[in-house]
Amino acid sequence: MATAAVTTERKNYLNAEYGIRSWLLTTDHKRIALLYLLSITFFFFVGGFFALLIRLELLTPAGDLMTADMYNKAFTMHGQIMVFFFLIPSIPAVLGNFLIPMMIGAKDLAFPRINLLSWYIYVAAGLLYLYCLATGGVDTGWTFYTPYSSLFSNTHVVEAGLAIFIVGFSSILTGLNFVVTVHRMRAPGMTWSRLPLFVWSHYATSIIMLLGTPIIAITLLLVVLERALNLGIFDPSRGGDPVLFQHLFWFYSHPAVYIMILPSMAVISEIVPCFSRKRVFGYTFVAASSIAIAAIGFLVWAHHMFVAGISLYSALVFSFLSFMVAIPSAVKVFNWTATMYKGSISFSTPMLYAFGFIGLFTIGGLTGLFLATLGVDVHVHDTYFVIAHFHYVMVGGAVMGYLGGIHFWWPKISGRMYPEAWGRLAAVIVFLGFNLTFFPQFIVGYLGMPRRYWQYPPEFQVYNVLSTAGASILAVGYLLPMVYLLWSLRYGKLAPDNPWQATGLEWKTTSPPPTFNFEETPVVTWEAYEYETMPMPDEVTLER
Amino acid sequence: MSDRAGTGESPLVLEHEDRPELRHHFADVVQQRNAASLGMWWFLGTEIMFFGGMFCGYLVYRRAYFPEFAAGSRSLSLVAGTVNTAVLICSSLTVALAVRASQLGKRKLLVSLLLATMFFGVCFLGIKGYEWHDEYEHHHAPTFYFNAQDLVHNNPNLHLDPQRTKIFFSLYFALTGVHALHMIVGIGIFSVITFMAWRGKFTPEYHTPIEIAGLYWHFVDIVWIYLFPLLYLIDRRPGA
Repeated sequence: MATAAVTTERKNYLNAEYGIRSWLLTTDHKRIALLYLLSITFFFFVGGFFALLIRLELLTPAGDLMTADMYNKAFTMHGQIMVFFFLIPSIPAVLGNFLIPMMIGAKDLAFPRINLLSWYIYVAAGLLYLYCLATGGVDTGWTFYTPYSSLFSNTHVVEAGLAIFIVGFSSILTGLNFVVTVHRMRAPGMTWSRLPLFVWSHYATSIIMLLGTPIIAITLLLVVLERALNLGIFDPSRGGDPVLFQHLFWFYSHPAVYIMILPSMAVISEIVPCFSRKRVFGYTFVAASSIAIAAIGFLVWAHHMFVAGISLYSALVFSFLSFMVAIPSAVKVFNWTATMYKGSISFSTPMLYAFGFIGLFTIGGLTGLFLATLGVDVHVHDTYFVIAHFHYVMVGGAVMGYLGGIHFWWPKISGRMYPEAWGRLAAVIVFLGFNLTFFPQFIVGYLGMPRRYWQYPPEFQVYNVLSTAGASILAVGYLLPMVYLLWSLRYGKLAPDNPWQATGLEWKTTSPPPTFNFEETPVVTWEAYEYETMPMPDEVTLER
Repeated sequence: MSDRAGTGESPLVLEHEDRPELRHHFADVVQQRNAASLGMWWFLGTEIMFFGGMFCGYLVYRRAYFPEFAAGSRSLSLVAGTVNTAVLICSSLTVALAVRASQLGKRKLLVSLLLATMFFGVCFLGIKGYEWHDEYEHHHAPTFYFNAQDLVHNNPNLHLDPQRTKIFFSLYFALTGVHALHMIVGIGIFSVITFMAWRGKFTPEYHTPIEIAGLYWHFVDIVWIYLFPLLYLIDRRPGA
């Protein structure tokens, strides 16, 4: 206990300063990461509330809980909040913000004040969206398709569009900070080929944020102007082209899927070697596949528009390119699997989430190929098959990775260990609840249940009841970590500097780290993931 | 750079004591300057994409509705557009000279060149505002009162779809409006920079803010260099 007492008194980023001002005016990337953690958790539960409403309405075939209009608002705001206010900032703004400077041996991101500014922009956009929500909400679907959004909807499209326009700048500034930091702030000896794969993946994510987000910004701005000033750019009755809107929207919003999944892959690339005690298999290929996903990801957007009247030849090209993007994704899955092969695997909480990620992402990714196939897409377009597919990628992939990452780095973030048994239990509950929620949707979608309706034929009820039951289990799985992670802040065992015996510079500093991350700037003389040189982690630590 | 190790001071002093312009997390000024400049280049990359969305819309509709775009373009004031192009090119020259003056450490010259840049910027906005006002008076602004019947007065055989003409003016106002917004932001940035220069904050060793603000200004100029022919010169060949 004596050492523990000393550890608590040591200066770290959490106890360096006290008071609300020291948090709201901080430029420390670790504190900003925690600000983001709080705000995105809030929006996660707001978005989750709308998911709950949707699942309750769909429990019965009749539209009995909500009116059709209210249901339209529920799924619109569920989608917009989850995509723009939770998933896109989730791993980059929390874990990326916290870890990237430490992983490359820097004291902070390149532009600490811009980093804080990005959080304030996020909060301003969030408040505007909450205002929109409180005054009646928006019902366009998360995609804002014109001319419905620009001409017919009499809900708060302008406020919602502006909020998402603004939150885009938060994402752009985060991406800008990451790219410049990775280029300019690496410690001596931290060459590109020694960068952790977490950093590579975030670098690829940042490029998408920088080059994609401005497009949705200008597109939504044009929709807002069209509503406010009666422009007519996307209105077919006035010579405008709604398909142009879809092109511009998906030019960002398909790469946005990779903004959500690449950071999750970043987390998995750290967890898998650590809990397999092996060097990652094919480092160069995993790193390059991140860049390839970002690059090819920009060229597949029109696979959302196969039934929107684009020409057969462009549909063929986009179908082919969509198949291409499966190649770097598969490289990652195969290489993680090869990393585990003959490793000494421990079933710790982060690893359970990683297993979940690999399985669910594989299903989500492969069903994406079904949808990229022109003939099949015509059959399942706008059905629950699509809903199940992208929830397997975004929830089964992105959120599993996020939770795995939060557990993996929780000792570093908080200085405390979480209760391992509860962690494993929650991971299993999330996995089971998720599959029960979304697997039936593949079937009911294939059978023809369309998305975005509040009523459905009675023969689909059994699948919807299963789905709603699964969603309840999933909710328990999400609330559990909330409870025991908060509990651990006070009652958790004090974390050692490197509880998992992981490689990586973030584990070479104290837990929690000091404000400037390292007492002295490290000099890197080793390759990434040299697990053969690391001792096995203390089993007692893991069992707690 | 263990700059605070063992000094016993608060670990949250944010600047290097000997170099007030060097922020705490950089090892040296070279690293800081490279970071700032790379950051601005990437930001300009995002700006290209931002304008790119509108340029894409322009491309699609100009191809689809060429007669209306040509007629709309002919109605714009060629004189005002040309003068504004010249004004912006002058401002780019003063920015380039300002960067040079800051490298040589000529403070007075630097301040006057920065002031000249802002003057050209304000001139540009003034002329642009006059043009917008003129178009608004002619009901060419894409509002509920839009009316483009006057475009066919000189040539009664010309049949123009008013809705398509309105799309030209929508894009014209959106593109020049967003560009003007960038000019206003630029003038704001330059006011701060000018104030800093007047206070003597820049030295031949440290003038990064002038360089990156200059990059931004040049970018906004270049956008106009594309906007001018695309909007004003669609159908202005001699004899047309």
